[in-house]
Amino acid sequence: MSAVEVTGLVKSFGRTKALDGLDLRVETGEVHGFLGPNGAGKTTTIRILLGLMRSDGGSARLLGGDPWAGATTLHRRLAYVPGDVTLWPNLSGGEVIDLLGRLRGGVDRRRRDELLERFDLDPRKKARTYSKGNRQKVALVAALSADVELLVLDEPTSGLDPLMEEVFREVVREERQTGDRTVLLSSHILSEVEALCDRVTIVRAGRTVETGTLAGLRHLTRTTITAELAGPVDGLATLPGVHGLRTDDRRVIFDVDSDALDPALRKLVGIGVRSLTSRPPTLEELFLRQYRKEPTA
Amino acid sequence: MTGTWQLLRLVLRRDRVLLPLWAVILGLLPALYVSSFRELFPTTKDLQVYADLSRANAGFVGLYGPLDGASLGEIVAWRSGFLPVVVGLFSLLTVIRHTRANEEAGRTDLLGAGVTGRHAGLAAALAATLGANALLALVIASTLLAQGMPAPGSVLLALQYALAGAVFAGVGAVAAQAGQTARTARFLAVGGLATAYVLRLAGDVSALGNSSLAWLSWLSPVGWLHRTFPYGQNAWWPALLALALTAVLLAAAAVLQARRDVGAGLLAPRLGPATAAPSLRGPLGLAWRLHRGVLAGWVLGFALLGLVFGGVAQSVAALTTDNAGLARVFERMGGASAISDSFLASVLGLMGIFAAAFAVQAALRARDEEETGHAELVLATRTGRLRWLGSHVLFAGAGPAAALLAGGLTCGLMAGDAGGVLAGAAVQVPAAATLGAVAVLMIGALPRQAPAAWGVVAACFLLMLAGAVLGLDQWVLDLSPFTHTPHLPGGEARATPLVALSLVAVLLATAGVAAFRRRDVPAG
Ligand SMILES: Nc1ncnc2c1ncn2[C@@H]1O[C@H](COP(=O)(O)OP(=O)(O)O)[C@@H](O)[C@H]1O
Ligand SMILES: [Mg+2]
Repeated sequence: MSAVEVTGLVKSFGRTKALDGLDLRVETGEVHGFLGPNGAGKTTTIRILLGLMRSDGGSARLLGGDPWAGATTLHRRLAYVPGDVTLWPNLSGGEVIDLLGRLRGGVDRRRRDELLERFDLDPRKKARTYSKGNRQKVALVAALSADVELLVLDEPTSGLDPLMEEVFREVVREERQTGDRTVLLSSHILSEVEALCDRVTIVRAGRTVETGTLAGLRHLTRTTITAELAGPVDGLATLPGVHGLRTDDRRVIFDVDSDALDPALRKLVGIGVRSLTSRPPTLEELFLRQYRKEPTA
Repeated sequence: MTGTWQLLRLVLRRDRVLLPLWAVILGLLPALYVSSFRELFPTTKDLQVYADLSRANAGFVGLYGPLDGASLGEIVAWRSGFLPVVVGLFSLLTVIRHTRANEEAGRTDLLGAGVTGRHAGLAAALAATLGANALLALVIASTLLAQGMPAPGSVLLALQYALAGAVFAGVGAVAAQAGQTARTARFLAVGGLATAYVLRLAGDVSALGNSSLAWLSWLSPVGWLHRTFPYGQNAWWPALLALALTAVLLAAAAVLQARRDVGAGLLAPRLGPATAAPSLRGPLGLAWRLHRGVLAGWVLGFALLGLVFGGVAQSVAALTTDNAGLARVFERMGGASAISDSFLASVLGLMGIFAAAFAVQAALRARDEEETGHAELVLATRTGRLRWLGSHVLFAGAGPAAALLAGGLTCGLMAGDAGGVLAGAAVQVPAAATLGAVAVLMIGALPRQAPAAWGVVAACFLLMLAGAVLGLDQWVLDLSPFTHTPHLPGGEARATPLVALSLVAVLLATAGVAAFRRRDVPAG
């Protein structure tokens, strides 16, 4: 059974069409990346899955149940970190963590204290004095210390500094190793999803553009290479996986598919490399390419 | 102060409907009073009789302030004597909304990153508020002059309103610096206004009796403004006092703002507990945590108000035994106990309106929780919507009831009629709950328009204060639940309207909760 099964989901806010036939399938036990630019409909999808909002069309199943009608029973089995975490300003971080834990049915105190330590969070501070990142940590500690089947995390690292982002990745990796938890992780940062997820679903403008394992999507990730070479450039254009080659005397710029990176670099080294920069693709480039490929998607 | 002009335009844009509407509606009231009093009391003798009766009525003096002469202008100025408090309330709320509330929401950071000076936000909010008060004064003065009222009195009356607005805009500005949240700032500022009103009330009513506490009026800017006595003494110097106080308050706000960081208040936040107390458990425990401070404030405020009103009622009763001439006047009006009863009934009606405001405030807390995103956190747990909204509705119902009982108890004990006054307070509960239930219905069915529930409270208040004088049709008056509330002590105690109002309240709240269970959270 899949943990999440969404097909053809539609949701409008007045004239804005937030979801326009979105599909999403998360298998039990996997870490699933839900990737898309801002405004793609990730949060709306999650809210429908949590029974906070009602869809206008399509179907959504969560842990085998109806997310709207069975909300309160399903919620016993999941923990949620909203995208924009706001906390009660008068409560301390520790109070919020305990409250949310109790609302979910219990707190694992050892796990809670361990996570507080790892996220370097002072639970005595009042929530109003926390920065966005610290508020996010409070919600993360509360969710990660809950004994639940499913974690729903909406852009959980958008306020964290790189150090804390690494801690977060570590914790999620550990979760994946124990293997009895499903994680739905929304993000607009490709590298984060790459680092953590078994499978990803890419959405844009309320529709699913692509879904599959990361390896299967490898063809989507192209690296842009700029190099200054020792000799004349030849034989590069004919290499499979090299796209958009431009040469200017001994300077070359081209995009290369990730799985063709190795032969392309060997070729360059054969000619002799004076300087080289590589840039991973941005999410936007990924989408642009995707749309060029499937204009009807 | 650079950027004040741009920010002022922003403020005026946000309030382009509210500010002019407010200035015009309130501004027309005195002129309306003029025409209706002309009709009610066509001769000087009629005016004299009305003035003599009103001047000695503790309930009237408590609500509207002291009445000096008996000319039409003086009676109009006196009878609109509660409006300066309304103007003050509106002004302080407006200032806080455009200063601390902005800052709390992080909008100041955005603006501060542009080329705006440190004081620009405060200056813009004050300029808009003072401007609205000036407009109000203009409307009052011009409509009164158009009614053929004498010029000095009309101008002074208009000034009285504008200065009430200015003083409490200043109070709002100081409170916005002191409190770290808009909620705290409002609490401080409204507390200041309530104190000023109660001091004036206590002093003025005491002046009717043995005058032992009459000096209290002089501690209150509202008291000063009443002592300008427009159309009678036309005293300008109390207005100067108010002007000076405004200047002091504005300077204090500027100094306080210069000394603090954006986002900070005067009181440094303390550390809290590292773990939650056992009571912070379900949605009810959370609601208790969120409501308890405000609840305690209202209960305490009502208890104090009850003490003051009760003491005043007692001094009225004592007065009739001291003064044979007045006793005869009172005899004509139904006897000493009837006088103190009617006073008590009218202040309990006022408490009822306050309780309704509390009910609406407590109910709207739920909407606040939704807008800030806190509701989403709770509703994504096993807490159902009924339990979540219900826990707030519980406080919206029980809180005002507790406050009314506290006020009724202290008032009754002071007045020496605990049973009667307590009953008079208790009968206000269904009406107050009805307005709270209107707010619940709005939260469920029209969440974005939910703050309009405040407008319903204001409308009922206006009907209570001015409905009869303006000669409105009975069906209009009947729209307010308070019209159906028995006037106790003294009046006839009837159960039917109380049962009916309770039913209406339960029905409205149930409909609101039902609508809430079917809609999106947060509302789309
Ligand atoms: N409550 C709402 N009311 C109106 N429009 C909304 C609401 N929530 C989301 N939208 C709109 O729906 C679209 C999708 O938003 P969202 O689901 O938040 O995207 P994401 O989380 O991927 O950034 C956006 O265009 C957004 O403006
Ligand atoms: Mg989002």
